[in-house]
Amino acid sequence: MRKSLIALAAGVSVVLTACGGGTADTNETPEPTASETTEATESPSGEATSEAPADGGTLTIWADETRVAAFQQLGEMFGEESGVTLDVVQKPTGDIGQDFIAQAPTGQGPDMIVTAHDGLGQLVENGVVAPIDFASKADLFNPVAVQAFTLEGNVYGVPYAMENIALVRNNELVQDTPATFDELIAQGKAVEGAEFPIIIQQGPSGDAYHLYPIQTSFGAPVFVTDENGDYTTELGMEGENGTKFAEYIQKLGKDGVLSADLGGDQAKQAFLDGKSPYMITGPWWTSEFVDAGMDISVLPVPSAGGETAAPFVGVQGVYVSSYSENALPANQFVDFLSTKEAQDVLFEQGGRVPALIESAEAVDDELLQGFNEAGAEGQPMPVIPEMAAVWEFWGGTEVAIINGTSPDAAAAWQTMNDNIKAKF
Amino acid sequence: MNDIKSQATTPQLSHARDLSRPGFYVKLALMALVNAFGVYGILASYAQEQWAILGVLVVTLIAADYIYFSKRAIPAKYLFPGLVFLIVYQLFVMGMTAYVAFTNYGDGHNDSKPAAVRQISLTSEVQGGESFPLTVIDRGGELGFAVVVDGEARFGTEEEALAPLDGATVENDRVVAVEDGEILGMPQIVERQEEVLGLRVPVSDEPEDGSLRTRNGTTATTSLPALKYDEATDTFTNAEGKLFRANSDQGVFVADDGEELSPGWRVVVGFDNFTQMFTDSRISSLFASSLGWTFAFAILSVFTTFALGLFLAVIFNDPRVKGRVIYRALFILPYAFPGFLAALVWRGMLNRQFGFVNQVLLDGNAINWLGDGNLAKLSIIMVNLWLGFPYMFLVCTGALQSIPGELTEAGMIDGAGPIKRFFNVTLPILMVSVAPLLIASFAFNFNNFSLIYMLTGGGPNYPGAPILVGETDILISMVYAISFEGGNRQYGLASALSIIIFVVVGFISWLGFRQTRKLEEIM
Repeated sequence: MRKSLIALAAGVSVVLTACGGGTADTNETPEPTASETTEATESPSGEATSEAPADGGTLTIWADETRVAAFQQLGEMFGEESGVTLDVVQKPTGDIGQDFIAQAPTGQGPDMIVTAHDGLGQLVENGVVAPIDFASKADLFNPVAVQAFTLEGNVYGVPYAMENIALVRNNELVQDTPATFDELIAQGKAVEGAEFPIIIQQGPSGDAYHLYPIQTSFGAPVFVTDENGDYTTELGMEGENGTKFAEYIQKLGKDGVLSADLGGDQAKQAFLDGKSPYMITGPWWTSEFVDAGMDISVLPVPSAGGETAAPFVGVQGVYVSSYSENALPANQFVDFLSTKEAQDVLFEQGGRVPALIESAEAVDDELLQGFNEAGAEGQPMPVIPEMAAVWEFWGGTEVAIINGTSPDAAAAWQTMNDNIKAKF
Repeated sequence: MNDIKSQATTPQLSHARDLSRPGFYVKLALMALVNAFGVYGILASYAQEQWAILGVLVVTLIAADYIYFSKRAIPAKYLFPGLVFLIVYQLFVMGMTAYVAFTNYGDGHNDSKPAAVRQISLTSEVQGGESFPLTVIDRGGELGFAVVVDGEARFGTEEEALAPLDGATVENDRVVAVEDGEILGMPQIVERQEEVLGLRVPVSDEPEDGSLRTRNGTTATTSLPALKYDEATDTFTNAEGKLFRANSDQGVFVADDGEELSPGWRVVVGFDNFTQMFTDSRISSLFASSLGWTFAFAILSVFTTFALGLFLAVIFNDPRVKGRVIYRALFILPYAFPGFLAALVWRGMLNRQFGFVNQVLLDGNAINWLGDGNLAKLSIIMVNLWLGFPYMFLVCTGALQSIPGELTEAGMIDGAGPIKRFFNVTLPILMVSVAPLLIASFAFNFNNFSLIYMLTGGGPNYPGAPILVGETDILISMVYAISFEGGNRQYGLASALSIIIFVVVGFISWLGFRQTRKLEEIM
């Protein structure tokens, strides 16, 4: 047995030797063209740097599959001005932040990454992103977008697109929307043929993001904000207001308005099938509704608890690596991204509200403007690294309250707050 | 074979040494290739200043050349490629895991200390907010910044604060021509970007006024360092004089009042990661229940799959069963599915409201298969039974067919009934060949991460538990949840915990194999 194993190992390795030569140089060959391999992302180093500027050099940027085309176009525009080649490398959305943190210290990371703002805390904690100069441009941008990329006084990325959830109405079922959430539920229940008065996606582990507008209308934001509008680590959802919200969703759960079985896909399908006059969702699905021939409007979410219902705002942007050996051109590229022509390109290719005010005002899409208005009061999603744990406790507790696993809503809510506080 | 005479008189020359035969040239070509790649790798790692890789490559290459051109190292010729790959893909990975287990590598401790110092200095610069169009000027090799302040051209260098610049031409608030020195164009600025980015030009002789610096080469901004690093004492000092000392036990700059600077750096922390499992009360309370469930899961999985597999193997080994070939082929189907895919399909089928099991088989009863702790455990065992029995069925069928018929016949002659024959004759013989596989199956299921992760994700979570570990989390998925899912990646802790799991599995396997040897002695 043992002998045959060794023979097998030897045999396999002989076969492998044929390709084994390749493993020695995995990290050494900078490939000139964009490919999905990590080797290709290597920034020029050593003598390469001194030669590079002759033709403007190369910047490497990681973007996910939905943004590669836009950044290739921007790269060409930028290249005409500066002679710098932009090498756009496609990576899966979920891998960009994590791979970047792991690779940047090795010197093999990209010069820039395109990703959402909510990973900022983790990126800064690991020291892989560099602050950019933004003070002179901040006024030109939506303040929420700038705030999203700001941490401890530094701006770390150029924002370019914003998205948030809002109330989407099926105009074939109802034409006017009442001012409060309770009235909206009553109206929705009265609609003939509708299975749900309103659809809010949940799923087995909950979805605090889609319930957040309702929660803020009770005056219970996730964290208290300071005078600059920045989040502190003090929980805002603890106390009376938070408890009221917990009891409210418990009631909605008992009434069958909210259900843990309604995950994202089921929610979308139900709205497409006309099973509900309303849905709380984001711009990622409205285009599908329109393509399906539905007549929809996008409105702010009515208040359930008396205060304004404010959703979370997610912002997309571009970060510069603090390990970049070509930091100067990289900063010039992010400067270029804050111009109207660049933001317009990103809007055309991405279909989200631009972060630059001038570009956002030029958007004439009614639905997008509806989302923009619904998000006007919104706060950016918090960026602290502990947020991942907060989401899990938060959604898990909400779903337990909704489906009755935790019959005492107030106590479950308090336990959740205690657990989150223990994370800090 | 070819030349018996020469074999008898002289020691035989192997194919690879005999110049007159093609084997030699094949070897030469192969070794030339190996050397070419090796030398290329050495040069490349020299260019990248990767000394460790360079050393390994040199040693490997020399060893390869010695072994394949020497007359003595005949066994090594067979072993060498295997050994190289064993070292690269197994020993190196294990060594790396062991090393990481003793460090605090993870979020906040991502890189070395110099990188941390550089990043803290970089992010602690408070921006003054004033920006000026910038001209970078080279005066005899020394770089300086020229800006226009209040309509007046000023110039300064690292050493000299901004002072009025005579004879400068200003256009649109930007200096476009100077008498003394050379204005750098963008290509030169990019070429010398390290110098340009590192340059801080004091605004005035008062340090509180801050200094000018640039990030893009075209605008300068005033900034003031909020933290100053002192290399001699290895400390950061902030504006109020608060001192942050480098703590090399934890890899972080920390003040007397406990305030820490971010980021920290990687340090060796000894056995901290190993003891955390038992000293951190939040983890240790859940560790016990998770350990119990892991054993229950692994043992039950082996037992149920083996029982069903053996039962079916015995039945379909009987020649009286018709269409055995077809049945056997059908039974192997679950084994042919990728396990994680099957787990995902089962997850959908077990959904409470929309799943096939509740909707079709149970007539719309809303049984919460994956949402209730005990039912979720049952679901996992059942799904793993479905996934695992074909393997046992295959193995047992093979083993049964190798048992000589005479033994059963002898039992029959001795007057033993079919059940007695099975338990006293067939099963003991079967166990000799199957027992090691059962141990392997146990070890596999002990770490069956993909099934748990895909089927239940470890859920349902213990309601109100302080860490996000679910009732169906086995040790390996618990390690994953603790080390990564909370949004705080702790590679050091994860490595330490996986080493603990390795020890547990290793010990059990050792015990098991010792028992198997006893079985063999019975024979």
